[in-house]
Amino acid sequence: MTEVLLEQHVLEYPGGYTRSTGPVVGRFLTGLRDGRFEGIRGGDGTVIVPPTEYDPYTAAALSEFVEVGPAGVVTAWTWVAEPRVGKQPLDRPFAWALIKLDGADTAMLHAVAVDAPDAMSVGLRVQPRWRTERIGSIRDIEAFVPEGSEPLVVPSPEPDAEPVTGIVTPTRLDYEINAGIAPSKYLRGLAEGKVIGQRAVDSDQVYVPPRGSDPTSGEPTEIEVEVADVGTVTTFCVVNVPGLSELAPEIPYVCAQILLDGANTAWFGLIQGLPADEVRMGLRVKAVWADELIPNAASIKWFEPNGEPDTPYESYREYA
Amino acid sequence: MSPALRDVAVVGFAQNLADHDRERNEVEFIIPVVRDAIAQSGIPRHDIGFTVSGSCDYLSGGPFTFVQGLDAVGAWPPIKESHVEMDAAWALYEAWVSIQVGDVDSALIYGFGKSSLGDVHEIFNLMNDPYSVMPLWPSTVDLAALQACAAIAADVTNERELAEVASRSHTAALANPHAIAGRDASADVLLAEPVTHVPLRDADIAPITDGAAAIVLAAGDLARKASSRPAWIRGIEHRIEPLALGVRDLTRSESTRLAAEAAGVADGPVEVAELHTQFSHEEPILRAALGLAPDVPVNPSGGPLGANPIMATGLIRIGEVATRITAGDVSRGVAHATQGPCLQQNLVCVLEGETN
Repeated sequence: MTEVLLEQHVLEYPGGYTRSTGPVVGRFLTGLRDGRFEGIRGGDGTVIVPPTEYDPYTAAALSEFVEVGPAGVVTAWTWVAEPRVGKQPLDRPFAWALIKLDGADTAMLHAVAVDAPDAMSVGLRVQPRWRTERIGSIRDIEAFVPEGSEPLVVPSPEPDAEPVTGIVTPTRLDYEINAGIAPSKYLRGLAEGKVIGQRAVDSDQVYVPPRGSDPTSGEPTEIEVEVADVGTVTTFCVVNVPGLSELAPEIPYVCAQILLDGANTAWFGLIQGLPADEVRMGLRVKAVWADELIPNAASIKWFEPNGEPDTPYESYREYA
Repeated sequence: MSPALRDVAVVGFAQNLADHDRERNEVEFIIPVVRDAIAQSGIPRHDIGFTVSGSCDYLSGGPFTFVQGLDAVGAWPPIKESHVEMDAAWALYEAWVSIQVGDVDSALIYGFGKSSLGDVHEIFNLMNDPYSVMPLWPSTVDLAALQACAAIAADVTNERELAEVASRSHTAALANPHAIAGRDASADVLLAEPVTHVPLRDADIAPITDGAAAIVLAAGDLARKASSRPAWIRGIEHRIEPLALGVRDLTRSESTRLAAEAAGVADGPVEVAELHTQFSHEEPILRAALGLAPDVPVNPSGGPLGANPIMATGLIRIGEVATRITAGDVSRGVAHATQGPCLQQNLVCVLEGETN
């Protein structure tokens, strides 16, 4: 098996990341929900949009809100030929622009919905296209469009609606990660039912799982050492929180540091095959392998007692 | 009256870069640069006083994954260590401060990251204002293109100048064994290529790069012992602008100008400059902010357009200037590093060889 070991990895905050807005950003977003833009006056009199809590130059707290827009002028723009669908404001090619709304002294970023880059220019006047359903988000504006290219529908605010105090932002990043050369050797070993650690040339310390270097010296761990799939529990934890482990659906269950015979670092794994309150430091256990072996730590499902007498504490105390 | 600064120099530098590496992990990239930079300095690994690194967990998408880089350093017996979620040029700044305060006499700095693992231009959207910008998901290239548009509209630069910067950088990169991109193409050839992010072309945009770099700093006599011609840091300063793009003047880099003034760039001739320009238009903006004369060679290494291992790129600019000083090619140079959208935060480092 020589193909590179890659894994798809998603970094996501389930349900979206929540943030409170505070009074200044909250007022800006409440305005958007109501179909209105508000900026804030800085210490030098300039109107900052979107509003900031503090003056960017003096750090003084700001409080004088000023209504601006709804139309404005493009001060810079670019074109998105391949939109990031599901993330960026539009699913078809569009322009980004910095837009200085009428009455504002600073520009804000948003999308401009036009068919081609030649419809864009610095100095182009634009107006907002509001979404029908607005929640208090920068996305309450679907996009800006050239001024006059369509009727400007100004929404009516909902009476008695509570001010916006928070936002929820779906956030997801996708990755394709690779194991690395040293870890790949160890993972391929697992696919063959072996636990292969590594050590550096001038050291007798065998690292399992190996990451490519001896962490005490920074030297590469170029020597492979097969270790046993049998070892000693050096320390353990009884888990009473449900839903954390797919392999151990019932609580309480025990996870442990297991020092495999021949290794100098412990393996973090699940203990099964005896009641949780009988798990102890020094317990001798053996790996229970999965039916189908793959280059993944999941090839070892858990560890069970192997019947050997407990290892004396003195012999593993520096690993506990 | 401020206390006299200690003389601190770069006495070791190494880099290890690749294009979309599917085999090595981050630790495997770092191991050789740490080993080589330390070997160049001659300082025994465990005599180095302080270890500081720069990277970003979001490059690999896992919490605390950055800290795994320590496996490549040798941290037993325990070492004095720090790390910054920033380009390692700022890690170097922290190390320099630690030496100035007198805590230590030497430091190892390393920066690393694998930009190829995720969509790196999308990842750094998470640095933008979380209420008014991030939910729109502009990429770093989109924002840079906005700055390029503003600079062209303000006559700070023009399309031909961008192509000339790209052409010169790519040609220089051909001669740099560490660069992953580089080709011989005149400005006219580049101008004929399609604009992909108005007004930028692909040649104006730094390539996705995986890699690591390391530098060893030493003070005073330790530096003189470690290097035949240390590259002394005569000034190092950084300044930051507001996060909100619309509040800033994107056609100028005021923070670079202030940092350059504080670092004393104009106190002597600048014989070479290495600038952290991930996009062509950033070069004319930074040249102006640094007050560089038109004949100052910029990015003889090819610069980030030749290789952009995000989180190490700025550190490498310092290393590239230091290398030329230590080799005796130049006596004084400026290195620049940047972080944040559209040159939001900028570090300027003035390096000089001893004349004796």
